[in-house]
Amino acid sequence: MADKKYNALDINGPNFNPNLYLDKLFKECTLRQVMDHENEIVKDTQTLHSDMQTLVYENYNKFISATDTIRKMKNDFKKMETEMDLLASNMASITSFSDQINSTLHDTREKISRLSGVHTLLQRLQFLFKLPATLKSRMEEKNYIQATQDYLHAQRVLQQYGDLPSFQGIKTDCESILTELKTELRKQFCNPRASAKELAESVDLLLQLDEPAKELCLEFLSCAEKRLSEQLVMLKDQIEQRDIIEFVDLGCSGFLSDLCLVVASFHDMFINRVNSDSDNIENSTATEIVINAGRKQCKAHLQILKMHFADMLTKARQTLTTPKLISQEDSSKNLNELLNSLIVTIVEKIKGVLQDLVVFIMPEINFAQKPQFKDSFCVDNVREGLIVCFMHHFTATARSFCSTGTADSKVPPTLLLLLSKLCLDFRNGSVHFLLSQTDELFQINPKQNVALTNENEINSTMQESAQGLLNYYVRIQGLNCSQRLVAHNRAEDCPAVMKRVVEDISAIDATVALLYEDQGTATEHSSDSSRKTHSISVSRHQYRSNWSSYTPNHLDSTVVSNMHKLFSERIEIFSTVEFSKVSILTGIIKISLKTFMECVRLKTFSKYGLQQIQVDTHYLQLYLWRFVVDENLVHFLLDEILGSAVHRCLEPVLMEPSVVDIICERG
Amino acid sequence: MDDNSVIYGLEFQARALASQLAETEKIKFIIGTQSLKQANNQIHLVEFNEEISTIKTSVFHHPDGEIWKITTSPIDALKLATCYNSVTNESSCTMKSAILKLPVTENLNNIDNLELATTLDISLLGSEIKTTEFHPIEANKSVSVTDSHVVLWDISESNGKNILSIPLEGKNNPKFTTGKWNPHQNCNQFTAATETHLKTYDVRSGDLAWNIDNVHSQLLRDIDYNMNKQYHIATCGDDGFVKIWDFRQTSQPVYSRSDHSHWVWCVRFNHFHDQLILTASSDARVLITSAASVSSENNSEGCITDENEDVETKQM
Repeated sequence: MADKKYNALDINGPNFNPNLYLDKLFKECTLRQVMDHENEIVKDTQTLHSDMQTLVYENYNKFISATDTIRKMKNDFKKMETEMDLLASNMASITSFSDQINSTLHDTREKISRLSGVHTLLQRLQFLFKLPATLKSRMEEKNYIQATQDYLHAQRVLQQYGDLPSFQGIKTDCESILTELKTELRKQFCNPRASAKELAESVDLLLQLDEPAKELCLEFLSCAEKRLSEQLVMLKDQIEQRDIIEFVDLGCSGFLSDLCLVVASFHDMFINRVNSDSDNIENSTATEIVINAGRKQCKAHLQILKMHFADMLTKARQTLTTPKLISQEDSSKNLNELLNSLIVTIVEKIKGVLQDLVVFIMPEINFAQKPQFKDSFCVDNVREGLIVCFMHHFTATARSFCSTGTADSKVPPTLLLLLSKLCLDFRNGSVHFLLSQTDELFQINPKQNVALTNENEINSTMQESAQGLLNYYVRIQGLNCSQRLVAHNRAEDCPAVMKRVVEDISAIDATVALLYEDQGTATEHSSDSSRKTHSISVSRHQYRSNWSSYTPNHLDSTVVSNMHKLFSERIEIFSTVEFSKVSILTGIIKISLKTFMECVRLKTFSKYGLQQIQVDTHYLQLYLWRFVVDENLVHFLLDEILGSAVHRCLEPVLMEPSVVDIICERG
Repeated sequence: MDDNSVIYGLEFQARALASQLAETEKIKFIIGTQSLKQANNQIHLVEFNEEISTIKTSVFHHPDGEIWKITTSPIDALKLATCYNSVTNESSCTMKSAILKLPVTENLNNIDNLELATTLDISLLGSEIKTTEFHPIEANKSVSVTDSHVVLWDISESNGKNILSIPLEGKNNPKFTTGKWNPHQNCNQFTAATETHLKTYDVRSGDLAWNIDNVHSQLLRDIDYNMNKQYHIATCGDDGFVKIWDFRQTSQPVYSRSDHSHWVWCVRFNHFHDQLILTASSDARVLITSAASVSSENNSEGCITDENEDVETKQM
């Protein structure tokens, strides 16, 4: 038993082998033990047997009872089935019966509904027939409100069937009572003791009875007038009898309070009530008219401003073209004044217009307080329609001067410069001033209103126009100068032409200096007086060092100049200029020199031609450096011009620098 | 884009570049150098292979002088015309023009001179020759533009025969700057540029056919016809503008842009996609501009905003 592998010996195990078990038993046990064991086993077997029997009995009983139950159920269902059938047949008969009843009752029901209809009609008729009587009784009771309500209740029917003979009597009766009612109500007007509330009531009732409001109004007023005049007469009578204080008291308490009452009740009854709806419509149309007028006014002003602006421009143009003939100095002095007067007049003109328009929104004026009007007038018309629109016109006009295609070639370049500066000045102050002035006068809050044109927006277009004009100016002046240089290239006469070019540039410099101060960059030049000679000597040094490479044996290889080009910055010729004198002059000089260079490259030079160029470039070198931001730029360009000339020369022999110096000083 | 660029260096400065018009299969360019050292001048034939991004080149001597202008024949791929400046003695030089022929077989070993096909003698018809333009369809005709004349040649023989010469008339001694055949209308018109004006002559009679004055505010540098649109001609000039004109209505250009910051020297339509306009300027840039609104491919959806693209920036 100990060995679990051999559970064949386990008497309760499934693999029990009786023979093995017996063998083992016989081997290991004594006789007595065997006999004991046998008894034990027999006893065990018996208990097991009896246990099994009791189990079987118990379960048997259960089976039997289950079978019994099932049989009983079967019987019960059969019975139920028959009962259900019976139920169904009963239901069917019930349905048929109910249908029968329904059909028989149908006619009766119709009759009943018709009868009930007749009944209500009769009731109404009765109401109608009784109406005159009720109305009369109400009149007697002075219950006018109820009377009116009753009448209104029946009014529609009376109107519809009033023509029938049977109703005619009733109708006439009612109408006579009604007129009575109306007169009664009207009497109330004249009742001196009637309170405002009572008056209002009677007016209300009369209005409900379709009395024309106007007539009522007149009647009411005449009654009031009568009453008041009576009071006046009474007062007049008493004027002599009474003490003055008493009289005033009486007057106040009696007449004046009555007057107030009349006014108040009139206001309550007619104006507030009757006109309450039409009032709004009238109001809005009125506002619209005012808004229209405002818009027209603004447009007219805008037109005037535009015309004025155009006039100013023509005038400026004339003044710019004429005095130049007399003397250079004179015109230059005028230029600054001209600019200032332009700005001042434009700003003043706009301010005048604003003052003119501000009348529209004076606080005394009724429509000015309407938000609808205020919004549309202040924001849409004045600010956007007039001021902003004018600014746009301003920039557009300015830009039309420099837009190619429409540009007029006869426009004096100085006008471009002037306009450019004008735009810039506007950007730097006037725009802000005018806009804030407008906002202040017309109580516009630019932060609240997102749709408003931003100041920055206008400023940036101003800036753009100014830039465009300035670029155009530089371009034109550059071309004018280069035209001289090109012409010079044909006729080969000494620095006379170069001298004129330098003179031209100095003249431009003088003009530009009037409008554009030298900021920042000025220090570079004016720091010390010795700088001039210094810079020249330095530059001349560089200058020669570059050109020394052009000795005849090196001439073919322009390696040095190429190297120089590689390491120098690329020069934008027609680049945007800044708003400063040097930048403008630099632009002009750059354009001129570039043109000079291109012309040189298209030529073939003799030895003397080359030497002429050498003199020319040296001369320009001496005089142009002071106008530009970066002297090296001029050096570089002039260098390249001479380099190109050397390259295009059949017999490239340069003069001695000392000789060049002497020629230039003499020129 | 930049990765695909191929660079070909020249020994000398050059001003003349032309594509081989008659060559339809390959992309070939001809370049002429400009050096006053007469013997050094060369003509380079550069073939670009698009697929493998390589170039094949051949070099020829051009000892007659520095080349100012090269044009190629639209009919014969081997023919080209040069305008060159020839130094006669130490200090003077003359402009000449000639029609040259490229060799059929390639000779890789030594540098040849080009075979001279036709010489054009302009000595009586002006001092400077600006260009020689081949007739678009007739192989035996060409036109030379000198500073004062437009000259029509018969070039079938080795000496050009002057058929017609049209003088330029006007105050202040005006000069022609360049010229081009009108490829439409049976190629009977030749357009020349003078100062800021365009003048078109009928080469059958020598009469002025039509003209547009003041196409640019400054000197007119180059013109080009649109191959696909009969009446369109592009112009460019010193004012930095590129304009396209319809020469039936000459008051306003149909297209006008100013993208260059200096003189525009050269303008060309793309022959196939004629909205693409190539321009070269002395601001050291070459631009391709898309002018879709005036293209022959322009359909009803029309005026798409012109987009501008810098394709290549060339440092001079």
